[in-house]
Amino acid sequence: MSTTAVQTATADPDDKTPSPQASDRARAENKLGRMLVAPAIVLMLLVTAFPMLRALYLSLFSYSLTAPDEREFVGAANYWTALTDELFWRDTANTVFIMVVTVAVELVIGFAFAMVMHRVIFARGVIRTSILIPYGIITVVSGFAWQFAFSNTNGFVNGWLPFLGDGFNWFAQYESSMIAIMVSEIWKTTPFMSLLLLAGLANVSEDMLEAAKVDGASWWQRLTKVILPNMRAAIMVAVLFRALDAYRIFDNIYVMTAGANGTESISFLTYRQVIEQFQLGIGSALSVLLFLSVLVVAFGIVKLFRVDLAQARQEN
Amino acid sequence: MLRPERARRAPRGRHRWRRRGALALAAVVGASTVAACGVPTVDDQGRAILNWYINPDGQETLTALAEECSTDDYTIQIQLLPTSATDQRTQLARRLAADDATTNLMSLDPVFVPEFANAGWLAPFEGERGEKALEGVLDGAAESVQWNDEVVAAPQWANTQVLWFRKSLAEAAGLDMSQPVTWQEIIEAADAEGGTVGVQANRYEAYVVWINALIQGAGGNILDPDTVEEGRDAKVTLDTDPVREAAKVIEQLTDSDATHDDYTTSNEGTSLGRMWPGEGPGQFMVNWTFVFKNYADAVGQPGGPPDEQALEDLGWARYPRTLPDEPSKPPVGGIVIGVGAFTPDVDQAQEAALCVTSPEAQAQLAVNDGLMPAREGVYDDPELQDAYPSDLLELYSTSIDEGGPRPKSAFYSQISSALQSVWHSPTTVSPERTPEEAQDFVTSILREESLL
Repeated sequence: MSTTAVQTATADPDDKTPSPQASDRARAENKLGRMLVAPAIVLMLLVTAFPMLRALYLSLFSYSLTAPDEREFVGAANYWTALTDELFWRDTANTVFIMVVTVAVELVIGFAFAMVMHRVIFARGVIRTSILIPYGIITVVSGFAWQFAFSNTNGFVNGWLPFLGDGFNWFAQYESSMIAIMVSEIWKTTPFMSLLLLAGLANVSEDMLEAAKVDGASWWQRLTKVILPNMRAAIMVAVLFRALDAYRIFDNIYVMTAGANGTESISFLTYRQVIEQFQLGIGSALSVLLFLSVLVVAFGIVKLFRVDLAQARQEN
Repeated sequence: MLRPERARRAPRGRHRWRRRGALALAAVVGASTVAACGVPTVDDQGRAILNWYINPDGQETLTALAEECSTDDYTIQIQLLPTSATDQRTQLARRLAADDATTNLMSLDPVFVPEFANAGWLAPFEGERGEKALEGVLDGAAESVQWNDEVVAAPQWANTQVLWFRKSLAEAAGLDMSQPVTWQEIIEAADAEGGTVGVQANRYEAYVVWINALIQGAGGNILDPDTVEEGRDAKVTLDTDPVREAAKVIEQLTDSDATHDDYTTSNEGTSLGRMWPGEGPGQFMVNWTFVFKNYADAVGQPGGPPDEQALEDLGWARYPRTLPDEPSKPPVGGIVIGVGAFTPDVDQAQEAALCVTSPEAQAQLAVNDGLMPAREGVYDDPELQDAYPSDLLELYSTSIDEGGPRPKSAFYSQISSALQSVWHSPTTVSPERTPEEAQDFVTSILREESLL
């Protein structure tokens, strides 16, 4: 477990008792350090805290961009409206469903990719690059690409699946629309997952694996008893980052279905209230709820994996 | 890190130059950043630049108009908006919400006018300019640009829906099309003859156009006209008999065999295709004014009339009635020109707006692009009379004059979306249930008690 020891600089390594001057110098250095990071902290607060606080403030009003004179304070009424509306819960369920399915699938495929990248002997660069290509493509573009792929007029997916007629419209009903959206999401972000897992794999000590081999552990035992436990922190970070990313899904839905057939996510619902309907009050309330849900998801994952983040950062 | 003694030894002169160099660099970077953010407001001849955001209809004519209407004091520059009306509205709103001084003239769909005017984004045309903007303008179009007793935009062209049909089909069904017809009559006629009735019933704005026309044709309204401008406090009048009559028409069409295969996703384009189908007598269809030119240009092509003789079989009549004894209220659309409230020189911009909506400009748009005039007098333009049958021009101007607008509310876009979500799919519309559901949902949306 990590303990963040405050390191005090000593003036003279031979002198074991810290002198008052030394602590003065340490204090001065600390002060200098604080002054040096202050601008960065102020900037961070400006670009992150300010919009959040502004959203929080706006969410307490009934406020439409097109009726500025009718703006009035309504307290928590917007939150009440959102939380008692069936639509909000339907979209939350959609979002959670997409998050769970895509992260689970990506974890398995991403781990397989990471193993390949880690162990591959020939054409290492080419393989790593080709695995990473989808991640370099803009989400909107990958959304369009998959929309064309699933299209029943000029797409290839129906041709590949013998049990489907060529005229099958993937975007006409909820279930198949969700599959199309999730396929695009998985294709796009699996490389990110595998990259994080590759970093974790590289940290598993070869000595331990050798020792396990000598003790007669099978491949499966080495994976489950040595590799995975030693990668727990890396897996947690990968799952955490991807889950938070997946919870904010917007682009693929916007491009592929525009929210039709009940395929809306929470981000999409928020977008429609603010950008399409100009309802800044209720839209801000939804943004705040989205932010809180992301916090809950993050907290849940950290608790689930019981990993100390400081340890994950290799601090000791 | 620089060691202190080294720093102390550095000659002062070099310090000064270094500081000056840094300052100069900062100034250059700063200035170029500011320049990159700004939009030029003056052209190379020193004339003020007025940006005119147009929608893609009739681009060439509009570009020519912008040139014609530029003067020694200002030049009008065309900026193109996205194709869909929703995206046009969003883009303009985002600019104006940020008090953009470079959004000077804009082509607006009339249904967005109340919203924009209520937000204070449109500079009113006052006094003589207001009179000039409305001079000779047909009633339906004139009504759409007034908000709080002020003229907030100048109508440029007007659109309306009429009933398009195959004369042979109407004849076979024994309908006298010189007299007003009702929805019930045309549905029964199409049903009996194996024809179809074309409408726009996909989940989008044109479906609300249809619903609104049906309701107004029965003497009703979506919102009470006396309180419609009161925003969220407007009285919703959907749980009423006229709305039940409108729902009856939709139900009757749904239950008939006269619907198109893609009835629930039909739009202005898809409904065109059944006028000259491979088999069958064709259709009755409600649609905008572009239809005439569209069929005339599509002779011999798929979906169009097979030959010139077939085109002779195309007929037109006033929008069908919802009730036999109540005149129909044809839908009204088109484009109006608003002037951004944050324009530095509003007088200049409004002068330009009046120039691009002048009778001559409207005649050009009608002849070149089939976009019908908003001013009554322009319908007598000889060129226009040559380009279109005179009884069709007469029908257009009457329809625009006697047409009914969609609710003039600052919250129209929400009302429209709420209506779509209750009334779609048309196959689920019932006179007993739908009006009441719509009443409750639209009310709760206006009162901010539900999410859309």
